[in-house]
Amino acid sequence: MKILVGVKRVVDYAVKVRVGSHGVELKNVKMSLNPFCEIAVEEAVRLKENKGAGVSEIVALSIGPKQCQETLRTALAMGCDRGIHVQTDLRGDYMELQSDAVAKLFQKIIEEKEKDADLVLVGKQSIDSDCGHVGPMLAGYMSWPQATFAAKIDVEGNGLLVERETDQGTETIRIPKLPAVISCDLRLNEPRYATLPNIMKAKKKKIDTFQAEDFGIDLEPKNKVLEVFEPPARKEGIFVDDVNQLIDKLRNEAGVIP
Amino acid sequence: MSSSFLYKSKSLLSHCKLGRMHDKRTIPMRFIFQKNHASTLVIAEPSSSSSSSSEAMSSLMPATLSAISAAQKLHSGPITILSDKAIDTSSLPSAVTSVLHIGASSSGTPDKDKSLCGSLLVAENVSAHIQQAQTLYSFSHIIAPATKFGSNILPRAAAILGMSPITDIIEILSNDTFVRPIYAGNALAKVQATQNVKLLSVRTTAFEKAAVDGSPAATVINLMEEKQVPPPQTLTEFVKENVSSSDRPDLATANVVISGGRGIKSAENFALLESLADKLGGAVGASRAAVDAGYAPNDLQVGQTGKCVAPELYIACGISGAIQHLSGMKDSKTIVAINSDRDAPIFQVADYGLVDDLFKAVPELTRQL
Repeated sequence: MKILVGVKRVVDYAVKVRVGSHGVELKNVKMSLNPFCEIAVEEAVRLKENKGAGVSEIVALSIGPKQCQETLRTALAMGCDRGIHVQTDLRGDYMELQSDAVAKLFQKIIEEKEKDADLVLVGKQSIDSDCGHVGPMLAGYMSWPQATFAAKIDVEGNGLLVERETDQGTETIRIPKLPAVISCDLRLNEPRYATLPNIMKAKKKKIDTFQAEDFGIDLEPKNKVLEVFEPPARKEGIFVDDVNQLIDKLRNEAGVIP
Repeated sequence: MSSSFLYKSKSLLSHCKLGRMHDKRTIPMRFIFQKNHASTLVIAEPSSSSSSSSEAMSSLMPATLSAISAAQKLHSGPITILSDKAIDTSSLPSAVTSVLHIGASSSGTPDKDKSLCGSLLVAENVSAHIQQAQTLYSFSHIIAPATKFGSNILPRAAAILGMSPITDIIEILSNDTFVRPIYAGNALAKVQATQNVKLLSVRTTAFEKAAVDGSPAATVINLMEEKQVPPPQTLTEFVKENVSSSDRPDLATANVVISGGRGIKSAENFALLESLADKLGGAVGASRAAVDAGYAPNDLQVGQTGKCVAPELYIACGISGAIQHLSGMKDSKTIVAINSDRDAPIFQVADYGLVDDLFKAVPELTRQL
């Protein structure tokens, strides 16, 4: 089985973002591997470590500026075998490069560079654009089976058994035959920290670079971002002294309890 | 509906396949959907398994009612529902003019097989029927609730239709301009769709539920009996579902939510919150920290990963207030925080903050109510 994993470079989850005149300020802001992409990488590596899954190779794919090479090195240090960097300076946080173009780039990479990819693992969403489109859109473009919000993946014969999160709990679906696209949710696994020896080994692993403009895809956003602004601030609250005062406020001021 | 749409000619009506024709005023579908006119397809949220799957007819879920009221803000054209089962017209908001369904047979035989229901609802099948409906009726807008269900099927449908979707919309400014959150809701983006078919999903907490005042003239059509029926898909198979059932209100739609964080310290202590929730007729929620620590199951999780809630009253107990948790509850009308740490970030969004030991305050609050 050959696995392709998407890894996105995003603003670190702990950063409190500021809105500037052209969208969220990214200058000098700490960037990291998207947490859900990290879970996808971890799952790919676990599948490879599970000898029964027969994983021959894990290829990590990142789309973005030259610093994506660092993101790829993190994925390689976690256990991916080689990397592909599709270079573009278009902003990937919803402003310029949007999900349809990203999914189409994935499609081109599969069709032109990694024809024997059996499984694509992506995070369920990136924490900058918060879209969650690439997984299901890629599956739609490829006419492949999809399983989103995966909480557990098991190999079963020539296919997979996936438990996925739903609005009421979880459901189990079977993908009888690969290839397939799976998007990974929080509960799927807890990603490992790359060890120093693996970080050193990763420096020698291969990363191929391509230019996003060279794939013949319209990279223009179909949904034009007209403005980015901060949400209205909540009215400042107050501290109450005790439970009695709280009940009084809730009953007589807020009117939320009888 | 204007009288120009009322065609009493038998020969015209005989061209139309209708699921139900007991009302002479039922409007033939092909005269509602004229190309280049605005019309919206609302993808109905499937009924939860706790409601009987053996019902031939069902009513609409709250998430669907929110999507319908969002659809009403797009334009004044007709609104059609796409559902797995046929819907009784008395269970429809009057704004809905037609129902397309993909499950129950036209004879109305109850579908008792839960597994069949689950199979009908996989993304591969629903998106194929969305494509079928779009081929037949050329909608200008296709809208789904931004639930896990909607988020699973809408992007696939958009890809199949060659469109770029806009999801998790919290405000509709016009038929092509919307507001959606990015960066866990710490920034909002005003975005304009440029393609001719808008594939959208809406955050249900941002749209009031449409009133269920009945739509007696609505057409109900079984898509399995129409043209362009997609072939049965073989890409995925539904195996089973694992649903936690509860007598408490559903977390996503409850008016009151009592939520616990790491400060609860154990799964047993969650009973304190349950007692308070029962007193107020509310649901129980949890922060990611509490779920990770095993104090609560993951379907109670509120936050960027997990459910987005906006109840009338949200009481956060022992929750510090991480950015990711706030993004899932900061649209609540009234927020109360109970935490022994005065500097916890949760107090910055709380309307009323009580700095106290929750193991004292919560039982006392329950007692006094």
